[in-house]
Amino acid sequence: MSSDQYEELYEDHILPHFEDPYHKQEIDCASCQHSERNPLCGDTVTLQLMIGENETIEKAYFSGNGCAISQAGASMLCEQIEGKTVSELEEFSAEEMLELLKVPLTATRQRCGLLGFKVLKTLLYSRDAEAAIAE
Amino acid sequence: MSTHTDPVTRSLESYRADFPALHQTHPNGNPVVYLDSGASAQKPECVIEAVSRCYSEYYANAYRGVYYFGARVDEELENAREQVRNLLNAKAVHEIVFTAGTTMSINMVAQGWGRKSLSPGDEILLNVLEHHANLVPWQMIAQETGAVLKYLPLTSDGQLDIEQLPEYLSEKTRLMAVTGMSNVLGTLPDLKSIISTCHQNNTLVLVDGAQLVPHTEVDVINLDIDFLTFSGHKLYGPSGVGVLYGKEALLEAMDPMLGGGHMIDQVFHDHSTWAELPAKFEAGTLPIAPIIGLGKAIEYIQNIGLQRIEAHERSLLEYAHETLTKLPGLKILGPALNEKGAIASFTIEGLHPHDIADWLDRAGVAVRAGHHCTMPLHEHLGIHASTRASFGLYNNNSDIDALCEGLEYALKKHKLI
Repeated sequence: MSSDQYEELYEDHILPHFEDPYHKQEIDCASCQHSERNPLCGDTVTLQLMIGENETIEKAYFSGNGCAISQAGASMLCEQIEGKTVSELEEFSAEEMLELLKVPLTATRQRCGLLGFKVLKTLLYSRDAEAAIAE
Repeated sequence: MSTHTDPVTRSLESYRADFPALHQTHPNGNPVVYLDSGASAQKPECVIEAVSRCYSEYYANAYRGVYYFGARVDEELENAREQVRNLLNAKAVHEIVFTAGTTMSINMVAQGWGRKSLSPGDEILLNVLEHHANLVPWQMIAQETGAVLKYLPLTSDGQLDIEQLPEYLSEKTRLMAVTGMSNVLGTLPDLKSIISTCHQNNTLVLVDGAQLVPHTEVDVINLDIDFLTFSGHKLYGPSGVGVLYGKEALLEAMDPMLGGGHMIDQVFHDHSTWAELPAKFEAGTLPIAPIIGLGKAIEYIQNIGLQRIEAHERSLLEYAHETLTKLPGLKILGPALNEKGAIASFTIEGLHPHDIADWLDRAGVAVRAGHHCTMPLHEHLGIHASTRASFGLYNNNSDIDALCEGLEYALKKHKLI
């Protein structure tokens, strides 16, 4: 990808999600929520999900602090996962998350781009673990 | 290579030519501008050659080989040890211990000295300027021994509040661990005064010299330093090697942290006795080629002259402060120019440090972004992260111009100007 192409993508795709994010707010009626922090830079993302019938994500909200990549990534993630079922999201891979971001990221910046994704995966995993204990 | 030219005839600007990595091009076509020497410095050709020669001409294990290669390695290692002694003006060459780096050196003191010397209720004095490497080892030994950690406060401009030092020292304060130069703010604590006050209280002082040693002359006798630690890789030498300097009596009294080959006098079935200094602290195979490279790096900077390096870096810092502060929303962290070393850490309103570093990288400019292994300091400053430009002997004003141009571009992209 050329420098110009990168900058175009950054301006058309990353910055809009960073400056005008999708569902960046805290809600008080979440079915479940989880926060993580990138120890490298202190970026934080909290993800709150409203899970309805058939284990479908009805609403996804996020809050947090950090760089454009981590916050835009969380915004794209929320937009992407609404309407999906929990089992569909278990299939959702890191590669797919990076594809959503579109801009190429170095290994260090992938940790920023995948922060929201990591929160989602931990959230789903702990729901599974809780369910297993309940059984 | 130009490194062999008589140093008197060379201008400081010409030394940049000795660093092959600085003549590389960023994959996007921009020349490389390296402003992250505080994390790790680039290496001059003579150091790279010395490491390569060790492997290609005479490599063997150290202190074991009864043959030509072995003897040559031993000789080169001891030359390097003498170079370090000379650099620090230490009294004896056996007060110089080779380690894996500053982190290991500090852990060796925390465990080797601390485990033996600390009792419940004893105090260790720290401060929030410290790198995690000079905090975490003390937390670990405090938890183990029941010792208590105290923190000397900072002044509002990020200096150690040494006026309060006497109040923070009690009859239980066994050691103060202090940086020679903050890796974020560039703060230069007044070591002479701190050490003298601590010694009047029978408190030992460990100086983390990782940032200080590459930039200025450090005389352990004149400063009366008890323990000094630094790393080879920030001093234009290879990574994987560091130094622990300790006063002979203190090293003698200390236990080794690692047991193994070379550090013993005699080994029985159930116990062992320790070798003499410095072997007691050098268990296992040393980082042989890196030590030899470090010796060469010290020779290199001593040929240039640390005073000349310091003056050059000071002028870079002045230029950096002057140009950076013209950018809107940019705030340089830490003390005033005359109270700090060659580091400019900053924040820009509305721009996250990682985004700044990303834009700068696209312009070929390498800086550090994050908390720089100083989470308590960033918490104290009330920020999550910062961006740091740190300077080495090879930097010049054009590097700082490239930094400022890169920052302006980032500000434009984020519609902040």
